[in-house]
Amino acid sequence: MNTPTSNPRIKPFWPPFVAGVVLGLVLLLTFVLSGHGLGASGAANDLVAGIGLQVAPEATRANGYLGPQVADGNPLGSWMTWEVVGVAIGALAGAFMAGRFRVQLDGERSVGAGSRVIKALAGGFLAGFGARIAGGCTSGIGLSGSAALGVSAFVFLALFFVTGMIVSRLVKGV
Amino acid sequence: MFPLNDNGMISGLLCGILFGYVLENAGFGSPVKLSAQFRLRDWAVFKVMFTAIVVAAVGLWLLRVGGMLKPDSIAVPQAALVAAAVGGALVGAGFAVGGYCPGTSVAGLFSGRMDALVFVVGVSTGTAGFAVFYAATLNALKSAGLIAEGDTFADAYEISDPVMIAILVVALIGVFFVGSWFERRKGGPVTAQEAVEGACPTA
Repeated sequence: MNTPTSNPRIKPFWPPFVAGVVLGLVLLLTFVLSGHGLGASGAANDLVAGIGLQVAPEATRANGYLGPQVADGNPLGSWMTWEVVGVAIGALAGAFMAGRFRVQLDGERSVGAGSRVIKALAGGFLAGFGARIAGGCTSGIGLSGSAALGVSAFVFLALFFVTGMIVSRLVKGV
Repeated sequence: MFPLNDNGMISGLLCGILFGYVLENAGFGSPVKLSAQFRLRDWAVFKVMFTAIVVAAVGLWLLRVGGMLKPDSIAVPQAALVAAAVGGALVGAGFAVGGYCPGTSVAGLFSGRMDALVFVVGVSTGTAGFAVFYAATLNALKSAGLIAEGDTFADAYEISDPVMIAILVVALIGVFFVGSWFERRKGGPVTAQEAVEGACPTA
């Protein structure tokens, strides 16, 4: 389990300033094209509503949260769903082109496979639940909302970072 | 006149592909790199986000004063401050425990990380859990602390867009200075090599 020797095929990440400028331009393009910013958790919402409509249509239509969302049909196929399909394609392309694609259970060596799976599942649950309360996640509220100079976006980011720092001292996630 | 309000498949795919490509190239598919922000060893998350926020905010402002963007035409999250605070805290806690947020977990999964797939399952389960427990309490939470005057700093507190952007530029410069200082003290940012190898036992 020794550290492998430096692999020249693995290209370095972009400098943060460069990545930030490009991300800002992508976000600006998104606003200009669609009228809203980037997001991610909204697609999980559409996925849950879409699966609910297939598996338990009556319960989904009767649900106080999902019901109004599925009144006009299946939300799968929304802009947000396609955007997240795009994120998958873009990330895959980025990882392959830079020699950074590697199938692994990241965190297996540091915290153990079982612990890592439980933490990833629990962390995902907290983030998914929290995103529905806030009406978005780090991308939708934190990034896009801040660029639109929304007050709630900065409240979101402040609590996001403070809580993240505290919890990361209590739990070793990865 | 912008925005085009194009919410079709091509628009979504195009924005998403660019977003995912940047996320992966910034190193945000790696939970090691992402988590290192909370341990103050790697400030890429702060640096990239603040830079992007300033670039997009300046761009939107320029388009607006140039008469190319309709006023009040882009989506701003509702100023429900209690919901933003509680939701932000939960997403931050989930990030610290799971190593990702919803968007970066997709970047992680498609750079080969199976723990990111588990995180995605968790996000979907959390979303379903919210829908199941959605009732009076959660509904009230979503509208608590709502600012009636408006959602932006200009509408809610009469802080004009150029002033807000100036504050953000100062904050951005501060993040780069403070962040780089911490990075030097704590062993530097996580490299692509370290990220691809995965979390190491001693980290």
